[in-house]
Amino acid sequence: MSKDNPTLIESATFPRHVIAEIQRAAKTGIYDIRGFGAKRDIPTFDDLVFLGASTSRYPLEGYREKCTTEVILGNRFAKNPIHLKTPITIAGMSFGSLSAQAKESLGRGATIAGTSTTTGDGGMTPEERGHSKTLVYQYLPSRYGMNPDDLRKADAIEIVLGQGAKPGGGGMLLGQKISPRVAQMRNLPEGIDQRSACRHPDWTGPDDLEIKIQELREITNWEKPIYVKVGATRVFYDVTLAVKAGADVVVVDGMQGGTAATQDVFIEHVGIPTLPAVRMAVEALQEMDMHRKVQLIVSGGIRSGADVAKALALGADAVSIGTAALIALGDQSPEFDDEYKAIGSAAGFWDDYQAGNDPAGITTQDPELAKRLDPILGGRRLANYINVLTLELQTLARACGKSHVHNLEPEDMVALTMEAAAMAGVPLAGTDWIPGKGGI
Amino acid sequence: MTEINLDKSSVRDLNVELQGGSSGDKFSVNNTVGKHALSVGLTTAVNVEINGHVGYYCAGMNQQANIVINGNAGPGLAENMMSGEVRITGNASQYAAATAHGGLLVIEGDSSSRCGISMKGVNIVVGGSIGHMSAFMAQSGCLVVCGDAGDALGDSIYEAKIYVRGNVKSLGTDCIEKEMRDEHKAELKELLMQSKMNHGVEEFRRYGSARKLYNFDIDQVDDY
Repeated sequence: MSKDNPTLIESATFPRHVIAEIQRAAKTGIYDIRGFGAKRDIPTFDDLVFLGASTSRYPLEGYREKCTTEVILGNRFAKNPIHLKTPITIAGMSFGSLSAQAKESLGRGATIAGTSTTTGDGGMTPEERGHSKTLVYQYLPSRYGMNPDDLRKADAIEIVLGQGAKPGGGGMLLGQKISPRVAQMRNLPEGIDQRSACRHPDWTGPDDLEIKIQELREITNWEKPIYVKVGATRVFYDVTLAVKAGADVVVVDGMQGGTAATQDVFIEHVGIPTLPAVRMAVEALQEMDMHRKVQLIVSGGIRSGADVAKALALGADAVSIGTAALIALGDQSPEFDDEYKAIGSAAGFWDDYQAGNDPAGITTQDPELAKRLDPILGGRRLANYINVLTLELQTLARACGKSHVHNLEPEDMVALTMEAAAMAGVPLAGTDWIPGKGGI
Repeated sequence: MTEINLDKSSVRDLNVELQGGSSGDKFSVNNTVGKHALSVGLTTAVNVEINGHVGYYCAGMNQQANIVINGNAGPGLAENMMSGEVRITGNASQYAAATAHGGLLVIEGDSSSRCGISMKGVNIVVGGSIGHMSAFMAQSGCLVVCGDAGDALGDSIYEAKIYVRGNVKSLGTDCIEKEMRDEHKAELKELLMQSKMNHGVEEFRRYGSARKLYNFDIDQVDDY
């Protein structure tokens, strides 16, 4: 309904953004490709609340009583597991989709905060390795820039089977972002669209994956933790198979997870939300008696210490942030609002990461734009943000009486909606009812 | 010559020993019985002779080493090889030299489907024939086939070059036959010589990218 004219009623089936998309499609003949993650309203961690301690439980004193946040990842088979000060890690984002300065900022920020960062498609840059104390090297279907020297320089290896924004899909780095350096790292001509394959070129299925993991361990002397990352779909089975294949760590990325360039129809309509994905992954680990033996990292729409605390309470060992980390660096900053508007967007709405003309200088290969991000300042902002999330996480854990953030548990939470109760497997607030599990 | 018998040594023992070898060292590996991940991640110019059939990913990510396999290989032979030479006297299964960046892979027998998938600079010479979807999304390097090629050869190929002596069942999207110029004849002659294949360069035809799919064009959508 228009606020100026109450007789104008907007259609629920054809609201303005749907009409605009039909008009855009009719004009261009091509689907919408964009970055960012799912924008639709779905059940999230916001639909859960913690039951702070009171008569039946006692809380811990903020800033005084210890509530530790250290996490060890990858101690199942790897000789050198990862030790982090906080369970908030940085997700894989490529050099190519991001500028070299942005990658350096992520490394600096993660290092100050005592956590890990992750490469992406296109290989490892010296800037990133040099500025990241703990660097996870992604092993992706395209194998752009993949080489055994970098593999050995990594602290962990993440085999990427899928991504929450597009489970079952590959990537596309459009020609405008293929600078000479990006092209050289990927062994492709400059300026062409680069397709990142949707599945690995040298195996199909979990039995092959087991052998692939063996090969990677043999090449790296069984030192590096091997993560397996999946986009959240058939989470219970995918996690089970990843563990069976020999993963040290499983990463589950929900549908809110971001991307640099994917079809809008993929981002919005494939995959399941992070909320049920955590529960399903934990159930799979528990059924195999591998919970806390194979660690679980959850990503996709993590924004606050509350999100982190809820993911951990459902049983995750750590989380990853991607989009939120870019915002911390300066993405969507009001400082660039006029420039966002000049390219048909606005601060807070910018999602054309594929276009390469990011006013904030983050999702670009344009040297002039990329200069706008000072990697030292960017790193500091990211570290501040991670520190805030960690403090918020500790605040909530202490309120629930937990001396380690991993002691948070599903029993500490209730759901505000039936959907969230069913998905997370915690009772609807004020009841003992978990939909699908009986109760009062 | 150091002999490693996989009846007694584990795959871990084998790779530790080979990875620790010095340039020029010679190793022979026996009783392989199709084991996986043999002789992977080597970094020096050692000479390794493997007697018997091997499983997945033999010679994976090879750097510098000269590896000869007297037998057949499972999937992913010499996957992501960077340099050095791998030669197999028998046949290779799927995805031989997948994503390999450099070096030379010689397959004296046949190679199954997706040979040279996403190859990134490696040279591959196959004495026999290759299966379907070979050189899919091949980026750079040369694939030389002395026998025939299966369906959809070079589908979505980038800048890799394919030379085939026999018949090509069908070409994949955006792959076309190209003129054999002097520089190609010289390149092919050199590869045939290195791989010890006795064929004349004039018997081969060259295939490569039409470069029509390099930038997404809605009018080409039916080609995908």
